[in-house]
Amino acid sequence: MGRTIIPIGPYHPLQEEPELFTLTVEGETVVDIDVRIGYNHRGIEKLSEMKTFENSTFVVERICGICSTSHPFAYTRAVEDVFPMEVPIRAKYIRTIIAEGERIHSHLLWLGLAGHFLGYNTVYMWAWKLREEILDVMEILSGNRNNYAMFKPGGVRRDIKPEDIPICIRKIESILPTLDMLKKAVLDDPVLHARLKGVGVMTYQEAIDFSALGPTSRASGVARDVRKDSPYGAYQEMEWDMIVTSNGDVFDKAVVRILEMFESAKIMRFCLEHLPGGEIDANIKDVPPGEGIGHIEAPRGETFHYVKSDGTNRPVRHKVRAPTFMNLPTYKATVQGETISDATIILAAIDPCYCCTERIAVKDTGGRILYGGKDLIQLSREKTDRIKRRMGVR
Amino acid sequence: MTREEVLLDFTSRFHEDILDLYDKSHSRVYITVRPESMVRIGTYLFRNLGARFNIASGTDMPPNIEILYHFIVEDINLLISLRVLIDREHPVMDSLGKDIEALNWIEREMSELLGITFTGHPDPRRLLLADNWPEGVYPLRQDYEEWDEKADRTRGV
Repeated sequence: MGRTIIPIGPYHPLQEEPELFTLTVEGETVVDIDVRIGYNHRGIEKLSEMKTFENSTFVVERICGICSTSHPFAYTRAVEDVFPMEVPIRAKYIRTIIAEGERIHSHLLWLGLAGHFLGYNTVYMWAWKLREEILDVMEILSGNRNNYAMFKPGGVRRDIKPEDIPICIRKIESILPTLDMLKKAVLDDPVLHARLKGVGVMTYQEAIDFSALGPTSRASGVARDVRKDSPYGAYQEMEWDMIVTSNGDVFDKAVVRILEMFESAKIMRFCLEHLPGGEIDANIKDVPPGEGIGHIEAPRGETFHYVKSDGTNRPVRHKVRAPTFMNLPTYKATVQGETISDATIILAAIDPCYCCTERIAVKDTGGRILYGGKDLIQLSREKTDRIKRRMGVR
Repeated sequence: MTREEVLLDFTSRFHEDILDLYDKSHSRVYITVRPESMVRIGTYLFRNLGARFNIASGTDMPPNIEILYHFIVEDINLLISLRVLIDREHPVMDSLGKDIEALNWIEREMSELLGITFTGHPDPRRLLLADNWPEGVYPLRQDYEEWDEKADRTRGV
């Protein structure tokens, strides 16, 4: 059978990172896949060498627009690990609150886009509506809907006012019933079961081999979460569950993310209710020579920062590793053998970016465009519709 | 195994390959090893000890290039950073990525940003840099100089 090459990418304004997937297909089946990244390579590691330790916090905050707190969190922990030193307990609680709020809004963003892509626009609307409430909470706490600028080496930059706490708790509680409804709507839907179960399976061993992180690995039964394994912030102060499922398919990746939001809400609420008093900043002055490693659990998995200091006010070396760097190569294990209409949702299930799909074009060897981006979304939705018809669901 | 047992087992197993061990804190340990032993030690950590590979970070420190391979043993919360120093003029390392899939991309990244050759790497293509980036120009080297005459790298400060 003849082979067709399908490029997905590289640019779309909604993508977290532009990337170019090259799918080789036989008929409808993907037989080979390759990726080209680097379109968004901004040389942050090099740039960071020219900034002071304090300034780099703001640079790394701008690495990602969705999980903007995960990088400053990991970076400040890396700088604090050079000493090593502990930040005040109140700062730890505030950091935890911001990080968990970000996890909820990031997972909701993913859920909404996944729903949109599968032809479930109601899920998309509900998820993004709920996300607004969380963004409001973040705005009350930090002054910003995103890029919170709350972190600094040694503590946090901004305190939480006591009068804001009840408002935030009320807002978090107000989204829980709707989130529960959304959870039931997604998890009990027979069409979504048929559409997503058994699609893009990553086995336990593959997750280990690729060193996959976050929800991508936890859906394959790998109980791996930096918040539990290497406790930081205030995570060891309260009871919460690590969500682990065993099937490793797209459905389980969605389940992990949905259930994690409830845990995040629980953690946020506990921290707001039990916020200890005291200082919010250890006021560190000079960073001594040495090396430091900071790693935290971002919404997509472990974010890892390594800082080398020579005693001046600038890092000699600053290595940044985002979770997608480890998660993205798992496409080698999950996409081959699947169909084109599933390839996009599988690539999206690791949450790198969803909307690459809009830039897909299928060309035959003469360069004639057979499918555009809209056609591929259409392909995916048609498959959902076929399943619906077969099951007699309207 | 406890932290002490893991470290004791590790040091007795590889005592001839270890040049230096710096026990920094309860969850961080830096171990300098011989470059030629790295594949053996890394594979042991990953396969036998069940460590997860975090990432590797290369640093240009004339006259050497330093590579740190970070592994975490999650059960005991111990981050083991294996340090390797290789010659800056002939930066050649054996590839771990040919056995362990998790190291595939980072070795590609280090080879283009620092100019390290990983012998035996299954896919030594470029990962991040643009297609028009010249060969032999490594942006994370200390002596990196601007090569693109049209580039505007002023940072507005």
